[in-house]
Amino acid sequence: MTTPSSATTPAARTTLPAPRRFRFWKWIWSDKRAMISLTYLLVLVLAAIFAPLVAPYPPNQQDLMNLLMPPSAEHWLGSDDLGRDTLSRLMHGSYNALYAAGLAVGIGVVIGVPLGVFIGFIGGWVDEVGSRIIDGVLAFPPIVLAVAVTGALGIGLTNAMIAVGFSFAPVLARTMRAQTLVVKDALYVEAASGFGASRLHLVLRHIVPNAIQPVIVEVTLMLAVALLAEAGLSFLSLGVQPPESSWGGMLARAYHYVEVAPEQMYAPGFAILFTALAFNTLGESIRVLLDPTIKR
Amino acid sequence: MYGIPGMIARRLTQLVPVMIVATFVVFSLVYLMPGDPAIMIAGDYASAERIAEIRQIYGFDQPMLVQYFTWLWHVIQGDLGQSLFSNEDVLTLIFMRLPHTIVLVLYSLVLGAAVGIPLGILAATRQGTRLDKFVTSVASLGVALPSFWLGIILVTHLSLGYHWFPATGAVSFFEDPIKSLHYATLPAVALATSVVAVLARQVRSALLEVLGSQYIRTLRAKGLSSGAILWKHGLRNIAATMLTITGLQANRLFSSAVIVEAVFAVPGVGNLIGYSALNKDLPVVQGVALVLVVMVILTNLLVDVLNAIFDPRVAAST
Repeated sequence: MTTPSSATTPAARTTLPAPRRFRFWKWIWSDKRAMISLTYLLVLVLAAIFAPLVAPYPPNQQDLMNLLMPPSAEHWLGSDDLGRDTLSRLMHGSYNALYAAGLAVGIGVVIGVPLGVFIGFIGGWVDEVGSRIIDGVLAFPPIVLAVAVTGALGIGLTNAMIAVGFSFAPVLARTMRAQTLVVKDALYVEAASGFGASRLHLVLRHIVPNAIQPVIVEVTLMLAVALLAEAGLSFLSLGVQPPESSWGGMLARAYHYVEVAPEQMYAPGFAILFTALAFNTLGESIRVLLDPTIKR
Repeated sequence: MYGIPGMIARRLTQLVPVMIVATFVVFSLVYLMPGDPAIMIAGDYASAERIAEIRQIYGFDQPMLVQYFTWLWHVIQGDLGQSLFSNEDVLTLIFMRLPHTIVLVLYSLVLGAAVGIPLGILAATRQGTRLDKFVTSVASLGVALPSFWLGIILVTHLSLGYHWFPATGAVSFFEDPIKSLHYATLPAVALATSVVAVLARQVRSALLEVLGSQYIRTLRAKGLSSGAILWKHGLRNIAATMLTITGLQANRLFSSAVIVEAVFAVPGVGNLIGYSALNKDLPVVQGVALVLVVMVILTNLLVDVLNAIFDPRVAAST
């Protein structure tokens, strides 16, 4: 059992063809839902990056002669209460939405994953204390924590999303801890340890790669949660600050003028819904990919 | 100690460290404030004496842990400080608004469970059919749907359009329960959607797992009817799961309530923490966060205890 191949044992997973690129295209082709979600997200990322080039108008250009216009040839999605082009603001808003989701989840990963591996690997009283800390932070409703932090640190997108990320960390830490507990007793870890591998080597080369899979799924699903949180917080004007555009902020303005121009509330809402749906669908697809025994 | 009282006692002792961490997070918010917290709390135009007084009241001249326990001691006595704006007692402010939030959250939990659990059971017992696919798709949409957007749509059509429901505001449940529920219906529907989606999904997969197990197959082989299997064995086995998932929704609902209460101008604690954050009214922000996190922790405790009452194995094993 101490042949070199035992170090890469989780054999059930390595039955897929080896070349990585090939496998990706095969997967994406066989899973239409993943394909649609990924294509949508790719378009969104491009729209976010190239918004200044491709958006029909500058996002803050006011046209006070054309306020709250319904969709037309000049303004495909109409205009808001300051005559700003809704489509352009939507495209610029996608940058903030994706940045917020990425920031929150990134912070969750950076705090949560090492913490979970650490307490799971060390065990004993470290695990006991760490787990209680995780339980304590886990009890915070994410948006309540985010609102509270903006109340102290000052309002703004970055502050709000750091707080959301902080509330994600215990979720990821808990998963990572449970995974680490399983993996650290696996035979290949014992074997590597028997060969004199250092603890750091064990953690980085054997435990993390084999324990990280459920985290990948969780992270994808969290992107949707973070996106919804950004929209909500910007709706409350605690996130993105005007005149910068955000989908939640656009909804707040549309709600204000809902009796004059009710159609203004649809575009930003659908943008949030579709993006969250895309992250969730992609997450579910990855879950099935990583564990073929799961049925949808 | 054995049995349910013993289990409750053990749970309560486990609760102590969790409470300490949660309260410490709330306490440490004061350290996030940029600049001197005493000046921030006193306001820009406060006199030097006032700042010194605040520094002394909050104990900013003491080590952090001493400050924490001083603060905690005040909190345990029900002293959450005063609002920086209205000078009102924070606890009074919160207790005036909390009933609105509780009515809203309970209402949406009941709505969500009443719709979501049957949907999950329907989907699981008709796995692979069109109905099953419909329920799973609706559940996926429901999870991704921003509740406050749904709230805006509901207000626009059902309040401003048809005048079936009041658009904004709330009525105290103790004064007029019917009217209170009438006011709370639209926000509760907006909040309940994600509960319906999560419950339908989780109940479906939990029930599918049970129905696919060996002993159910044995029961089928012995000739038990599908109805008897579902009611006497299937649902009984997932009861604890359903209860746990429903309890976990409290956390999610308090999150969404902060935003949905703003849409419907419900004078609840969600709305309170929202505008207090905008106004930098830190004592109120801390107070609401504290009350909500304690409520989440107590909900989890309640779910554990109920699970132990329904299933004695739980009490024995923990």
